[in-house]
Amino acid sequence: MNLVVRLLAKPWIWAFVAAFGVWLATILFTGGASTLGLSQAALTFAAFSIIVGLGQMFVITLGPGNVDLSIPATMTLAGTVALKVMDTNNDLIVAGIAATLAIGIAIGIANYGLIKLLRIPPIIATLSSSFIVQSTAIWYNRGIRIKPPAYLAEFSTASTLGIPNVAIVALVISIVAWVLLEKGIYGRWVSAIGQNMRAARLAGVPVDGVRFATYVFCAVLAALCGFLLSCFSGGAALNMGAEYLLTSIAVVIIGGTAVAGGFANVPGIWGASLFLFLVVSMLNTYGASAGVRLLLTGLIIIAVIIAASRKQTV
Amino acid sequence: MKWLTAERLRLLVPALSLVVLLAAVFYLQPRTMSYTGLNLLFNLAVPIALATIAQMLIMTVNDLDLSMGTFVSFVACVTATFLQTDPLTGALILVGCIAVYAGLGVIIHLRNLPSIVVTLGMSFVWSGLAVLLLPAPGGVAPDWIRWLMTSKPPLVPMAIVASVLIAVIAHFLVMRSAFGVVIRGVGGNERSVARAGWSVVRARAATYALAGFFAVLSGICLVGLTTSADANIALRYTLLSIAGVILGGGEFVGGRVSPIGAVIGALTLTLAASFLSFLKIPPDWQIGAQGAILIIVLALRLILNRRESVEKAK
Repeated sequence: MNLVVRLLAKPWIWAFVAAFGVWLATILFTGGASTLGLSQAALTFAAFSIIVGLGQMFVITLGPGNVDLSIPATMTLAGTVALKVMDTNNDLIVAGIAATLAIGIAIGIANYGLIKLLRIPPIIATLSSSFIVQSTAIWYNRGIRIKPPAYLAEFSTASTLGIPNVAIVALVISIVAWVLLEKGIYGRWVSAIGQNMRAARLAGVPVDGVRFATYVFCAVLAALCGFLLSCFSGGAALNMGAEYLLTSIAVVIIGGTAVAGGFANVPGIWGASLFLFLVVSMLNTYGASAGVRLLLTGLIIIAVIIAASRKQTV
Repeated sequence: MKWLTAERLRLLVPALSLVVLLAAVFYLQPRTMSYTGLNLLFNLAVPIALATIAQMLIMTVNDLDLSMGTFVSFVACVTATFLQTDPLTGALILVGCIAVYAGLGVIIHLRNLPSIVVTLGMSFVWSGLAVLLLPAPGGVAPDWIRWLMTSKPPLVPMAIVASVLIAVIAHFLVMRSAFGVVIRGVGGNERSVARAGWSVVRARAATYALAGFFAVLSGICLVGLTTSADANIALRYTLLSIAGVILGGGEFVGGRVSPIGAVIGALTLTLAASFLSFLKIPPDWQIGAQGAILIIVLALRLILNRRESVEKAK
């Protein structure tokens, strides 16, 4: 009983309750026929939202106004460049991963440079830089679709012990993020800055260093996600990151991370990512048209947020 | 230097950027220096300016509307279908939309919800409704709006008359009326407004309703220019409107906004697109160059803001 009470007090529990409810509603409708397939698909597609969501979570936790809008462009550029570098050659996989990381780091540095040097709000800084990154990707891509190396294509679509490999990658990254957030000084610093930047600075937190590291971390995760997604879908596309702009923000907030910053949690990202994918597949199973699907997704998101909210205390 | 108040200095950079950009366009393409040329240059700015004012109102009370683009698209779809065939139903739907916006303001306030998330959810709802209404591009613009948007007043083109009118009306609403003082107060210090005896929930509801009203006007004007609509017609308005407000000297928090600046910001963004096409920049780099222009204007603002703080220190 005590355990239940403590679980219910966790901010992330609602995302999991909602995800489980939708999962149950879907398999009941199909009479349990698609249980395994649905669970695997949910883990696979949720994995991509989880990876970008984790980066976005750290950025949002930095406080009001902090959000990274360059995630889609970063994903696209990393996917295109990495596939071109590897050129379907299994031996060049390490080079491809290195290119991916380099792109993530470079974009992160550029983003924070704009925020810090020009003192513009992060939302506008990352928006402007995303335009430039997107243009670079268009210019670099030239409409050619290069396939991923055979080994990577195999890895990203296969499963180990019934669990999709991309979900395992997401799990490893999540554990790292959890340790950083809950056990390391870095996570304390990020939360402290989000709660009160001035107080954090006075308390000796290296505010600029932490914010810089967070934007770089977020861009690197976005680049990695773009890399994995382009391997998974058999090639990079120029619009492949588009849907992750809203998704990355939505999973963070639905997962119970405070939108005003200063308070984050990793498990919620999993709950929210699974929930968002399962809602769409449930509506697909019920045979809803595209319009109805969008409409209901929106209404369900709002309902979950209202259910998880507290009354105004002022 | 007495006339150079902080508020006017705030307007100086956006106004200067617009003048410089306009001069560059005139230099590159002297034929734009005519009645028709100016009309063509600024035609599409009218709906963007209206959407920017709507976004600015929401930002006045420290919120952000991520559903602006999808909402304007939905309004465009209603205008091209119901408002044309059955004006009464069409008008009722649009009034209903404004009521929904007021309701959002109430819910966001009472449940203490982050506006970003609620409007994110609403963006799915609006685009779902738009897809249901117009699954494929189509519809016809009502004759009266077509007539209004293509009318040719003497001496000054319609687009400029409309922009000035929007700026003046918004300026009086936000900067000169009692209502404007209250909503800017909510953005500056919500608690002090409440302690002074004003109803914050009513102020927020009114702000959202007014924003909804401007967004509805934006959708109607857009259809007047394009003659038909589709469900994705104005998706980029979400980011354009935010960028317009910031370019015009507005800020995300604190109720510091400038309606005239916001309209100038919208005009600058529209002009930037024409400027780039006159420069014959390869299409690959069009978006990137737009990002670069945003960065340059914001850098200019930084230099002038420094001057402002030096003046204050004296």
